[in-house]
Amino acid sequence: MARSNPAETALDAHSGDGYDASPPLVTGNLSFHDITDLVAYHAEKKTPVTWLMAFGLASTGAALLLIMLAYQVWNGVGVWGNNVPVGWGWPIVNFVFWVGIGHAGTLISAILYLFRQRWRTSINRAAEAMTLFAVMCALIFPTFHVGRVWAIYWTLPIPNQMEMWPQFKSPLLWDVFAVSSYFIVSLLFWYVGLIPDLATLRDRAALAGKTLRARVIGFFSLGWTGANRHWRNYEKAYLILAGLATPLVLSVHSVVSFDFAVSVIPGWHTTIFPPYFVAGAIFSGFAMVVTLLVVARKIYGLENLITLDHLEKMNIIILLTGTIVGFAYITEFFIAWYSGVEYEQYAFINRATGPYAWAYWTMMSCNLFFPQFFWVKKLRRSIPFMFLTSIVVNIGMWFERFVITITSLHRDFLPSSWDYYSPTWVDVLTLVGSFGLFFTLFLLFLRFVPMVAVAEVKGVLPEADPHYYDDHGDGHGAAESVAVRPSPSGS
Amino acid sequence: MNKLFQEILATMGIYRSNEDKVYGVLAEFAHPGDLLRAARETHRAGYRKFDTHSPFPIHGMDRAMGLGQSKLGFIVFFGGTVVGFALGVWLQWWTGGVDYPLNISGKPFFALEPSVPIIFELTILLSALTAVAGMLALNGLPRPYNPLFYSRRFMRATDDGFFLHIAASDSRFDLEAVQAFLKGLGALHVEVIEDREEADVAPEPEPAPAA
Repeated sequence: MARSNPAETALDAHSGDGYDASPPLVTGNLSFHDITDLVAYHAEKKTPVTWLMAFGLASTGAALLLIMLAYQVWNGVGVWGNNVPVGWGWPIVNFVFWVGIGHAGTLISAILYLFRQRWRTSINRAAEAMTLFAVMCALIFPTFHVGRVWAIYWTLPIPNQMEMWPQFKSPLLWDVFAVSSYFIVSLLFWYVGLIPDLATLRDRAALAGKTLRARVIGFFSLGWTGANRHWRNYEKAYLILAGLATPLVLSVHSVVSFDFAVSVIPGWHTTIFPPYFVAGAIFSGFAMVVTLLVVARKIYGLENLITLDHLEKMNIIILLTGTIVGFAYITEFFIAWYSGVEYEQYAFINRATGPYAWAYWTMMSCNLFFPQFFWVKKLRRSIPFMFLTSIVVNIGMWFERFVITITSLHRDFLPSSWDYYSPTWVDVLTLVGSFGLFFTLFLLFLRFVPMVAVAEVKGVLPEADPHYYDDHGDGHGAAESVAVRPSPSGS
Repeated sequence: MNKLFQEILATMGIYRSNEDKVYGVLAEFAHPGDLLRAARETHRAGYRKFDTHSPFPIHGMDRAMGLGQSKLGFIVFFGGTVVGFALGVWLQWWTGGVDYPLNISGKPFFALEPSVPIIFELTILLSALTAVAGMLALNGLPRPYNPLFYSRRFMRATDDGFFLHIAASDSRFDLEAVQAFLKGLGALHVEVIEDREEADVAPEPEPAPAA
């Protein structure tokens, strides 16, 4: 099996005979079969002990989440810190945080696909999986925040004996539709992308004589044979899904921001919210992708597929969106002053200098200040630095939602109801538990599913272009067998 | 009627085996370039019920095989986008304006503005569901039984193998002629696929090294 060779990452001109002047998307001179081996191996090998240890830790966290939710259902929402005037405490902060994380996955899989950014093929599978798991974590919070979780189906338009319908004028109901549509569409997109790779795993299992494994995976791969008649409709479906997911992802966080912006609370009632939320979501999501992939590519030896160039591109997006978010913070301040509305002005001055100033400045430094280091190319390409920054960004983005939710609510129009909000231990452990659930699901994904889109990565190799062979003799009965590699002379 | 049904199945790549239980002839090619050329020649030779199998979609293959545009776009637009949009409008108008009107601070029972988000989401959702269902329907998936799975070599079609398969149900099919034709195109290996109709389709075991 081909292993990484750091020296080759630096190769710029490869021998594609002028097909592509940019650095290769896949380094290490891998053949089609090498890529299959490299990725499929990790879904087929014996479960490593380190994986079991990580899984044990993560699933303990997931169990903690279950216990906390059971405790909350048994005792009621009072076990959380939510109370008048802060009715939306950590549950909503966590909800917005997790939904935001998910957005990078869709951005990578759909928007970059439409823009023909072919570097996405190495990272889209893992990023989409992250989206799904983050949205699952997100959905838990509003579901339990309603208090009577057994009545959550009332949010869906199901004919019932009470002859009542949901109130479609409420932004909270828009949220139900937006986030659940987002989850379903992301799941479809992810699964459609997986079908050819599952077929790869199925055929490998069949060749190895593992009948049961071949049959189980065969069930999910739907009998895929890589037929061109199928690829034709498949690629069309994939393009359509990308086209649909793109406006969807932008709408989801806009709708989430409507939960705030459609109200009349000072600090929430602003038109900047939808774009500012979307930028923030992409920002935090990319940071999470970097956090996960920096670790995963190392452990799984995928440095040739997920190269430093990929990570650098993601860091550039972090820098861009971080600056947009920072600009939005400043714009908010300006508009508050410019509006001349006393309550609006107070809300923002209170954010920066009031009892929650510590949270505000944490947010400012993590989101606006820290990513600015990515202007330096060296830091952008430094693995330890980007890992640290990605974590800092995620902390910062959690605090952004905390600042928006808590500071606006804790002091509204009526000073007699002002209060200082603090979370309870149940709040804290529920958030910790949601990370447990997220990592449990992500580890299961890494264990059982090809974490890189094998078919797509093969498709972006120069060898995948049928015209690549035009200059290499007539191609008839060539002894070069199946995997024709680029000749080393050009590099 | 039965013939029409067979033709529709053939567009999905599902063919009938002939009376000798031959499903078709499978040829392996060295690389995408050869496969593309072979597909073009096969189409030119007048074969219609054939397909190529590759680990990734090959640029230009649709044209080489003489296939037109995928019809999925129309199906999604009329079956999903329009339906989803109409559903979003109707759902909010009928529930809020007709069946269960509720006076919320004097706002109209139905208005377009607050209905936009849910109309939008349902349009997207229905379109996406139709795209996936339509793709599977046009491809005849899921298809657990496929005589090609008997071939051990064919298992590499999802790894690094490039195959061309001419179905026995093609009107020009002649076993010897097709084999000779595919060899003439520069195939690395040509094999006849039999439709054994076993309940448990699995590739034949690896040939013993002594034989």
